[in-house]
Amino acid sequence: MSATGAQLIRRAVLEQSRRANIGHIGSSLSIVELLAVLVGGALDLDRGDGRADRDRFVLAKGHAVLAWYCALHVAGRLTHEQLETFACDGTLLAGHPDHALDDVDFSTGSLGQGLSIATGAALAGKRQDSARRIVVLVSDAECNEGSVWEAAMFAAQHGLDNLTAIVDLNGQQALGYTKDVLDLGPRMAERWRVFGWDAIDLDGHDTAAIRAGLDKRRDGRPRVLIAHTTFGKGVDYMESQIRWHYMPMDEAEYASALEQVG
Amino acid sequence: MRNAFLDELLVLAAGDPSVVLLTGDLGFMVLEPFAERFPDRFYNVGVAEQNMVGVATGLAEAGFRPFVYSIATFASLRPYEFIRNGPLLHGLPVRIVGVGGGFDYAHNGVTHHALEDIAIMRAQPRMTVVAAADPAQARAGLRAGHAVDGPVYFRIGKGGVPVPGLDGGFGLGRLATVSSGGDVALIATGAIAAETVRAAELLAAHHGVEASVSVCASLAPAPVDELVAVLERVPVAVTHEAAYVNGGLGSLVSEVVAEHGLATRVVRCAVREMPAGATGSQRWLERRYGIDAQSVVGAAISALDALVGRGQAEPGS
Repeated sequence: MSATGAQLIRRAVLEQSRRANIGHIGSSLSIVELLAVLVGGALDLDRGDGRADRDRFVLAKGHAVLAWYCALHVAGRLTHEQLETFACDGTLLAGHPDHALDDVDFSTGSLGQGLSIATGAALAGKRQDSARRIVVLVSDAECNEGSVWEAAMFAAQHGLDNLTAIVDLNGQQALGYTKDVLDLGPRMAERWRVFGWDAIDLDGHDTAAIRAGLDKRRDGRPRVLIAHTTFGKGVDYMESQIRWHYMPMDEAEYASALEQVG
Repeated sequence: MRNAFLDELLVLAAGDPSVVLLTGDLGFMVLEPFAERFPDRFYNVGVAEQNMVGVATGLAEAGFRPFVYSIATFASLRPYEFIRNGPLLHGLPVRIVGVGGGFDYAHNGVTHHALEDIAIMRAQPRMTVVAAADPAQARAGLRAGHAVDGPVYFRIGKGGVPVPGLDGGFGLGRLATVSSGGDVALIATGAIAAETVRAAELLAAHHGVEASVSVCASLAPAPVDELVAVLERVPVAVTHEAAYVNGGLGSLVSEVVAEHGLATRVVRCAVREMPAGATGSQRWLERRYGIDAQSVVGAAISALDALVGRGQAEPGS
């Protein structure tokens, strides 16, 4: 998917966030290019007849699920009518992903669980000699959770090179900047390497770099892409601002955001 | 009991290639036969129970039936949220095997005493909860549980002697009544049931009280109708479990009595305080915390005396 695809996702995130009056905008905007690449051909999501060999995607940072819904919509996998049910009564499009919705392989929402589940899915793929790949998108603050590192050790020990973790290194968490809470950021790649992973630093808004990171030849180790991103990417007053972890936009802010995203 | 369970698991695994066994680095002198026979289906995930359940969730989604094994406290409490948001939420056939209920781990201390595993598992609507009373029932419970499509929690005793009259009887949602008696109903779950049977013997020998003994190994689904049938025949029921008093078998039986409007008085013989501080042998702990056979006898007699005092019943008459 082109940068235009990312632009469409970003716009849809703003529209739906405004309509539903729900936040988590900044965390969604930081992963737009990553998701654009994933739904734009990097992942084989074909579920035809419950196809077991499709790739699996785990959005471990489930609070950014609006970006995933919007990416699915832009990729033609979710209708506009479905998207418009986001956060409505009776919807399958909750504020965190629910596997009752097609294209959500695993429900998430409690940080620190997604990588373990993805690791199990990768182990299953190895055991079944399946070519399917497992991609899991975790947040940088999620790496505060000890269970992330339990899973990291296991995946390396078992040589799960069908597993790719992407760390959305946007530098923010709910109540502050990650550097002020638990400062994992500056040497994030090094941490994963020490745990036995093939770690690649890249610009998380550069779709070509993301594709290259995903496609690089495997060497028997699980891979992690340390995606350096900007929280609230594309909207100047949101970028790197803590309040946009939770806050929804008012009308003037919405108008400004739309104009900037284009 | 754990060896019987694992022995039966070998049989299951031989017939079902989807069975894999994960351990959180526990099971010395228990898991070796599985590891030797099915080396490619055995994973020591390390001391990491949360990840163990997460990995099992990913495996189960792809068609495996993973068993995760640890001491009951570590298998249930540490990864509880992983269990809830993993196999429970996704409706996947992960089997959680918690070894050593109650005071099985005795002198190892309070960190090893599984006293709330059944309560927390029973709180989850999709969880099947099985606490076998003896080795034969552990085998039967494992076999019956294998057909369940969702998750199952097995509490299995570390040791365990055969419960007289049980004969390996087990059915999901079924109650096994091992002896009859019209004065009081003793209802037990787990390996403590052997003590329950002893309590019934003591009641008969020393007090002339005829007690029925039922084993409720299937806590979820609960044998509600069969519990009603047992309870409505007696003025007093004593529940007996190696667990904290709230949320387990005693609560289950009390709920059945209340929801069916039964007149039966329920006395819950269970642990009522955190067993912190001084510790000792399993027998010592069970006596100190009021769940040995004598405690059951005392509870039954007190309740019956209270009823006689109120003119409601006359045991042994």
